[in-house]
Amino acid sequence: MKNKWFVLATALLAVIFTACPPKNEGGGTTATGGGGGDILVGEYGSLSGNQATFGQATHNGIIMAMDEVNAAGGINGRKIKVLTEDDQSKQEEAANAVSKLISQNNVTAVLGEVASSASMAAGPICQSNKVPMITPSSTNEAVTKRGDYIFRVCFIDNYQGPVMARFATQNLKSKRGAILTDVKNDYSTGLTTVIEEIFNSTGGRIVGKQSYSNGDADFRPQLTTIKAANPDVIFIPGYYGDVAQIVSQARDLGIKVPFVGGDGWESPKLLEIGGKAMDGCYYANHYFQGDPAPSVREFVQKYSQRFKVTPGALDALGYDAARVLADAMKRAKTIDGPSIRDAIAETKGFAGVTGVITLGPDRNPVGKKIVVIAIKNGQLTLDTTIDPNAPSGAATATGTTGTAKTSS
Amino acid sequence: MQTLLQNLLNGIAAGSIYALIALGYTMVYGILKLINFAHGDVFMLGSFAGYYAGNWFVAKVTGHASFGTAAVVLLLSMIACGLFGFINERVAYRPLRNSPRIASLITAIGVSFFLEYGGQMLFGADPKFFPTLIPKHIITFAGITTTNYQLIVLVVAVAFMALLQYIVYGTKFGRAMRAVSFNYETASLMGIPTDRVISLTFVIGSTLAAVAGILYGLSYPKIDPLMGIMPGLKAFVAAVLGGIGNVPGAVLGGLIIGVIEAFVGGSQFSNYRDAIAFVILIVILLFRPSGLFGKYQPEKV
Repeated sequence: MKNKWFVLATALLAVIFTACPPKNEGGGTTATGGGGGDILVGEYGSLSGNQATFGQATHNGIIMAMDEVNAAGGINGRKIKVLTEDDQSKQEEAANAVSKLISQNNVTAVLGEVASSASMAAGPICQSNKVPMITPSSTNEAVTKRGDYIFRVCFIDNYQGPVMARFATQNLKSKRGAILTDVKNDYSTGLTTVIEEIFNSTGGRIVGKQSYSNGDADFRPQLTTIKAANPDVIFIPGYYGDVAQIVSQARDLGIKVPFVGGDGWESPKLLEIGGKAMDGCYYANHYFQGDPAPSVREFVQKYSQRFKVTPGALDALGYDAARVLADAMKRAKTIDGPSIRDAIAETKGFAGVTGVITLGPDRNPVGKKIVVIAIKNGQLTLDTTIDPNAPSGAATATGTTGTAKTSS
Repeated sequence: MQTLLQNLLNGIAAGSIYALIALGYTMVYGILKLINFAHGDVFMLGSFAGYYAGNWFVAKVTGHASFGTAAVVLLLSMIACGLFGFINERVAYRPLRNSPRIASLITAIGVSFFLEYGGQMLFGADPKFFPTLIPKHIITFAGITTTNYQLIVLVVAVAFMALLQYIVYGTKFGRAMRAVSFNYETASLMGIPTDRVISLTFVIGSTLAAVAGILYGLSYPKIDPLMGIMPGLKAFVAAVLGGIGNVPGAVLGGLIIGVIEAFVGGSQFSNYRDAIAFVILIVILLFRPSGLFGKYQPEKV
């Protein structure tokens, strides 16, 4: 059977890639760290496959940030060169891509991925080669626990999950919740646990739990069962492509209640595929493109001028991750893995587009901004902002959701 | 009870699409004893042909969605896939007619990869939104909710299956097909133009895949170049389940897989949906190694 052969071949390749030790261990990074020449930064992302828009958006953000850094004189006179590998939205390919970037291209640092599953597959490879990695947007808590060379610039699921659950119980006054989980996806299963816990402890009750696998097309059976449980809110902690199909099939089955999701919903394709069905749904996000904050306005203007589209959260996070890396490289004593790692760990009060970034001891940002976006008449509108760094009163938090516990 | 009926309907609607794809596998296998692994990707090609034709038609010609547009788009997509099926057989399989069967099998896998990755280059890797060719209505009766789409899928699928049944059992060409399937060499000795029969079989199979592609696009409007892999695999399972090479078997197999998936998907074991469908396949094959309708022929040594 085709699939079996394919898996076999990939497995074989993975073994070959990971079994061979990098040829110039240590030597590679010092060679590029020694003198002039470009500083090589590796990027791996889902440029094709099921989450293609995630990778493409992040890539644009990274390229734009690095071009700006280079235009402003680079890192102490040296230019940054980004080498990009496509992992086809597959976690095994992510591991291959990062192995290649490190052992063949000798990159100094790595940026990626969006999907937590992919970041978790690639993280240990960066860790064992002492190459710092910053993930722009993997929110699963376990990602940075892979080792002290793995950082992120986005909030984590223990932070966004409670916001989603509390938003349902307090703002939507929901009592009966249902969850539809993507079982193949670490991001989705992680969020499900948190949402269930907080929803149950803030006055709601989870009455239905169903699951699917990323890339499925027919969700009617699960939705039929969920409909029979009669929930008044449905959580889908999944990715945009599936979400859009799930919500439109739910509307076909006569399910009219709001759907609530997380940052995996962020893609222009969500509204293109979901259309009218998406009206009255909400999702938590890192940033809102219509945010009046000057830093956001400036970014949106520069980005849309260059790429002719309005940037979403993933573009902004890619941009922030790349700039945090460049900032650390400027502060690092030498351009090699351990020094850059130390400099990234010291990032404090960095003014990013997605909020102020201060990295804590667990290499996650502490107290980042979070927004809840409402979909109305086919448009994204800002519903709630929670910004722990903003002076009190400046944040438009509704007070109820503002109490969301920050993760440590 | 309502949930039960609802899931039965969900299952039959999904299953009839599997059945249409399964017919293509089973026809080619019946005649050439070749498992055409590229068939799932021809189905993808059908969806994309419908995507481009539909968008072009709604934008340039009619200006709105209607049954007429849908019929024209269906026809265009069938022609495109039929043409591809013809070329595919000519270029990839005919030169290997007298080589060991494994050579054709590997070629089929090659064609499959060619379509999947060529599709990503040509159409782009991100998912596309299949145009709404017919205005959607929600229909409710006896507590069951459905859309006119699900009913259209059922009617169109059954119509094409009936047409195929007529072609295979009611026409001269169908008799030739069955003769080639029964014994290739004897059929050619009897003056049956075997090459032409095989060519046309590929064309018919690919045309049915195009129909499935359009129906799939209507029901699940997110399409991408890798969309053919899973439905293709399930349809292959359906064909094996019904007894590969057997036309009614493929239809029944498709419906069984669809209904099982719907019931498992609606139960608390929804995360084992794919696994349970395949486990049932294994169990059936343990008791009936040649599928439900297949004839078991022990090989003489």
